Amino acid sequence: MAAVAATPTKAPTVHPVRRRFSLGRAAAWTVMGLIVLITLLPFYWILRTALSTNAGLGADPTNPLPADLTGSGFERALGLQSAKEAIAQGGAGGGLDFWRYLLNSVIVSTLITGCQIFFSAMAAYAFSRLRWRGRDKVFGLFLAGLMVPTIFTLLPNFVLIKQLHLVDTLFGIALPSLFMTPFAVFFLRQFFMNVPREVEEAALLDGAGKVKIFFRVILPMASTPIITLSVLTYITSWNDYFWPLMVSYSDSSRVLTVALAIFRAQTPATGVDWSGLTAATLIAALPMLVLFACFARRIVSSIGFTGIK
Amino acid sequence: MTVASSSPPSRLPLSDAGAVAPAKKARARTRGDGALAAVFIAPAMLGFLVFLLWPTVRGIYLSFTRFNLLTPAEWVGLDNYVRMVNDPIFWGSLTVTVEYVVINIGVQTVAALAIAVLLQRLTQSALLRGIVLTPYLMSNVVAGLVWLWILDTQLGIGNEIISALGFDRIPFLADDTWAIPTIALINVWRHVGYTALLLFAGLQAIPNDMYEAAKVDGASEWRMFWRITMPLLRPVLAVVLIMTVIGSFQVFDTVAVTTAGGPANATNVLQYYIYGSAFGRFQFGYASAMSVALLVVLSAITVLQYRLTRAGQTDLG
Repeated sequence: MAAVAATPTKAPTVHPVRRRFSLGRAAAWTVMGLIVLITLLPFYWILRTALSTNAGLGADPTNPLPADLTGSGFERALGLQSAKEAIAQGGAGGGLDFWRYLLNSVIVSTLITGCQIFFSAMAAYAFSRLRWRGRDKVFGLFLAGLMVPTIFTLLPNFVLIKQLHLVDTLFGIALPSLFMTPFAVFFLRQFFMNVPREVEEAALLDGAGKVKIFFRVILPMASTPIITLSVLTYITSWNDYFWPLMVSYSDSSRVLTVALAIFRAQTPATGVDWSGLTAATLIAALPMLVLFACFARRIVSSIGFTGIK
Repeated sequence: MTVASSSPPSRLPLSDAGAVAPAKKARARTRGDGALAAVFIAPAMLGFLVFLLWPTVRGIYLSFTRFNLLTPAEWVGLDNYVRMVNDPIFWGSLTVTVEYVVINIGVQTVAALAIAVLLQRLTQSALLRGIVLTPYLMSNVVAGLVWLWILDTQLGIGNEIISALGFDRIPFLADDTWAIPTIALINVWRHVGYTALLLFAGLQAIPNDMYEAAKVDGASEWRMFWRITMPLLRPVLAVVLIMTVIGSFQVFDTVAVTTAGGPANATNVLQYYIYGSAFGRFQFGYASAMSVALLVVLSAITVLQYRLTRAGQTDLG
């Protein structure tokens, strides 16, 4: 199948029905090729811009290669240039320190992913593998939580975070997402229910307690969905903008998405510092591309299960 | 479904009718599980009550108050709602948001469906599936900035191409008719791959023999799409639609970094107006009232879509 698909134009020897198909296939592959181009070309263009000087961009806007190849955009984004130098190169000289925002993003996303998945897994275990009074009712309540759009809870949650004096802290950004999402609980429960009862009973006969079963049997057996969910949660929290924008005011709690928007807003009088801005954009995007590349195969094949998100 | 999920919590899966001792043991074990379950559920329960249930109740409460964050909330009854109904900017926001959702969802659904079908009928390549997912790894902020640059009126490559073809440059994000469609399409670029993979997963559930049988009967791909793919994909498509529409109504990030609501409120989507009311003018009560309105609209759309598309039923088997 794949071999036929890869050589769509080599088909004229087969019978007519097949040939008509192959012409259609050639057209279909063309469309697919266009889709890939539209998907990937913007990334190349951003890289090309980040490696150009602002003067070069103005003089030579259509050159497919970097205009005046330089690393100055990246230096500016990473705060390696003095304000004077930066302004001379068309930057704002506003002193944004992307190393710090990178670290902040890593801290927030790691904290959220680690805690949220672990606590959700614990709850999912209780909902799927333990027997207790009122279990289905409590689960129904959690499911109803799926109906509330996250955005509705943001304003009241901000008021709460302010009352807790956690505004402008990384912990304040992470806190509302630390414990659970109805989706994570629902998603993991599905997988935990599919672990065969015999496996659990064998462990029970070996004298393992329910707690040990959770760590030694259930978690390892559901490792693929747990990894998929973790990567998607990491990406979601890394990319979140609205909530950190509300909570964070200063460098100490600024994450990459918010910093990028500020970089964009600090437009110098000479025009937007496209070279620096695209460099910063790449710095913000690269970690997720690497993370995805490591787990791509697993994620791509199990993403269908995340349909509710 | 396993035995555990379908049997009442207080009974063992194996029937021990008549045997008193095992029944007692069973009850003892139930109690044991109860304590353990309480421990296992405690963190998630805390999160649910404090950061989901409580803010939902509080959000509704705040919508009936005047609240500026500094002094305690003051009950004003329906004032915020009366103001909302008479606020032309609110209605403008709602109109702009609906326009955005229609373009965004319309284009995205058709494109995602096309990509999913191509991925299913043409190739099962995991690499291609990975590629179409890449924009989804970017934040909305990044996607917004990428296209802000490409579509820049003076220097953007998009406008350079348009100009080279002999057309006038288009100020995509600075013009009040172009801005909303542009933002809608930027977000299609970011989300279409993810949506396509969800639909692709749905397509995998359709047995391949159906296509083989139709092929033997001489059916074209076009015919197979309408006669096999569409009817059998319908339940998945319906769920994906509900989900993407809800997401689409909450557009904020892209607007914030590309147009900041302008020009002249042309892209002042509801969520952006709500944010401005709360954090720009410190009218948390009014912002909450508009959030409630959005929640009502979303719930109504969900119910309506669910009914219309019969999302809960399948035509397969």
